[in-house]
Amino acid sequence: MIPKKNEMINALEMRHGKELQERFSSATVAVCGLGGLGSNISISLARAGIGKLILIDFDKVDITNLHRQQYKATQIGMYKTDALSENLKEISPYIELEAHTVYVNEDNAKDLLNEADIICEAFDKAECKAMLANTVLENMPAKFLISGSGMAGIASANTIKTRKVTDLFYICGDEVSDISDGTGLFSSRVMLCAAHQAHMVLRILSNKTKERRNINE
Amino acid sequence: MVKINGEILDICGMSVSEYLKTTSYDIKRIAVECNGDIVPKSKYDETILKDGDSVEVVSFVGGG
Repeated sequence: MIPKKNEMINALEMRHGKELQERFSSATVAVCGLGGLGSNISISLARAGIGKLILIDFDKVDITNLHRQQYKATQIGMYKTDALSENLKEISPYIELEAHTVYVNEDNAKDLLNEADIICEAFDKAECKAMLANTVLENMPAKFLISGSGMAGIASANTIKTRKVTDLFYICGDEVSDISDGTGLFSSRVMLCAAHQAHMVLRILSNKTKERRNINE
Repeated sequence: MVKINGEILDICGMSVSEYLKTTSYDIKRIAVECNGDIVPKSKYDETILKDGDSVEVVSFVGGG
């Protein structure tokens, strides 16, 4: 049986404290790309009781995604937005989800991301990562952006880190390991990077200053 | 002197575009930050590096 909403909130408040949980519950976070990074980021944030997630991906679940992305074999062929929404609702039934099955570009990014307090970049291609960083940081001056760059391969887990680039821009990953080097992707190392990104979201929300800009990593 | 990705370089007076041409960065995969703010791609030509500027070129790699 699914717990009632107030039971879920009470359980979260027991773990995070009431004040912090209220910050999480009132936050809107966008996740751009729902692959290995984005599906894991979304699940961490849903479990933490983030109030609303904006989920964006144009693609469908493929058999080659299952080794690192949070989908099930029964969901092959579904849009990732639909499949992840289904999975997130099973974990956190009262979370608010807004799903967009579109390809993000310079022209639609501002409309899609307008409502988000914090944006997680979780694309696959380096060019798309750079496009989102430039678009958000140039045109959306009050938004936080947390990018993922460098999590391919089977190198040490310890090289995945979070780095503050500006007051509003953080990068997670080793910033070196490139999928195009043919090193493959491993669920555990991709999850580490996703966990860094999700954790940075929670750290920004936990900041008690008005603009939340004085966090150093 | 200009600090770029931690390295002190004697490139005052050069534009961001001119500096990038001296490097191997792929322009489609980067974002450039100068003194805490992002430099819009449309302004790489007209942004002239000045003495004391602190610049970072963020170069993204694929995978996600």
